[in-house]
Amino acid sequence: MQSIFSQGPSASARMIILVLASLALMTVDHRWHQLEVVRSALSTLLYPLQYTVDLPIRFYYWGEEVFSTRQTLLKKNREYETRYLENRVQLQKLDILQRENARLRQLLGATPETAERLLIAEIIKVDVDPNRQLIVLNKGSHNDIYVGQPVIDAQGVMGQVIHVGPLSSTAILITDISHAIPVQVDRNGLRAIAFGSGNINELELRNLPHNTDIRVGDTLVTSGLGNHFPANYPVATVTSVKRLPGELFARISAKPLALLDQGREVLLLWNNKADNPLAAGESPKTDGQTKIGTPADKDKPKSATDKQPSKQASKQKSEQ
Amino acid sequence: MALINRNFRTGLLTVIAAFMLAIMPLPDWAVKFRPDWVTLVMIYWAMTIPDRIGVISAWLAGLMLDVSYGTLLGQQAAGLVIVIYVIHMQHQRLRAASLIQQAIVIFFLLLIKQLLVLWVDGILGRAPDIWYYFMPTITSTLLWPWLYLILRDLHRKFGRIPAYS
Repeated sequence: MQSIFSQGPSASARMIILVLASLALMTVDHRWHQLEVVRSALSTLLYPLQYTVDLPIRFYYWGEEVFSTRQTLLKKNREYETRYLENRVQLQKLDILQRENARLRQLLGATPETAERLLIAEIIKVDVDPNRQLIVLNKGSHNDIYVGQPVIDAQGVMGQVIHVGPLSSTAILITDISHAIPVQVDRNGLRAIAFGSGNINELELRNLPHNTDIRVGDTLVTSGLGNHFPANYPVATVTSVKRLPGELFARISAKPLALLDQGREVLLLWNNKADNPLAAGESPKTDGQTKIGTPADKDKPKSATDKQPSKQASKQKSEQ
Repeated sequence: MALINRNFRTGLLTVIAAFMLAIMPLPDWAVKFRPDWVTLVMIYWAMTIPDRIGVISAWLAGLMLDVSYGTLLGQQAAGLVIVIYVIHMQHQRLRAASLIQQAIVIFFLLLIKQLLVLWVDGILGRAPDIWYYFMPTITSTLLWPWLYLILRDLHRKFGRIPAYS
């Protein structure tokens, strides 16, 4: 039954080989992002488990739908109808504004903004690394999900996709400690980069000097720089601005608008800029690298793609 | 052969259960205390059927953990391989030890694994707050005696312990 003289390399040799293999895998995974294929294959194996773990919650939602009373359904329906009407009225205005905007852009010679594709995905309720903020979604490469794809909800930007499997994908939230998103202040167009703090309801704006015009309550929207997130989606509101005389930069924190730890449905956006020849050189893999890396990495895509803003950004930097 | 297969099948099912426990959603306060289920179950099997479960199975399980946790491929795997290697080398001594003694050994092994994972996180520049980082190690250690008894019962019932142990 148990062979006394075991075949093949000894356990020590095997251990050393496997540890070295792990180190090699980690290096390749971190530096060159070449292991997405392996990861997505393994994630397929894992999908049944995730699905099973998620089943009770799915069942709960299903039960809630099935056993809701006529009264609540009617009430909800009425509520949606009113909201629909309200939205329609606002959309009428938006329609006119959009046309006006397109006309003005034509006058300016700027490129028109094209429509974006959307897909609703559900969050699979499974826990991942407790020290990071990741979510698992039930859509994968089967639905053309790509690495670096923006994830939003009805309130604002949630994060972006980092791993894609055939049936599921993993997204990183904007508050993850290794995530950063280029934003601008809605009020005055001031550009900044919002770093995740590792805390689910806090973002940090670093490297802004004391005299920056930013106030508590300002809304931060995506600036669209870096060709990653489409422009003008709300991200966060500024919650505190501390100007400590002893420090080089102001300490600014913001609260994400998206409901990062609630809700079950998210929206996946196809950023039309992916078709942009300027961005074509950037493969999705390098995208992941630029966003989830050291702060020095983050400036690269901007200087490569958006000429003018990068100039301004560097000017801002030199002022600092 | 049939016996070995039955052992292996029981082992596989418990490891799958451990994976499910590892990704099961918990309330926020409890997440930090989640025991390292997969490692504990792998330790049990490496201890009782070392001829079937060794460093290679540990490595594969570790890779699956990496995929499910979204860590770098190999990060958890390397830690798990080292833990299982030590268990594999010392399995006869450990089997003879009392549950408390086993738990103490496992505490230190899990501590080493956590440190390795933390080390890689540190190199990547995303080391988390330190104070609760080792909570899983403590809860896993406290859980070990119970888990051992449960797994032994399951093993006896569905896999039967071979005569030599």
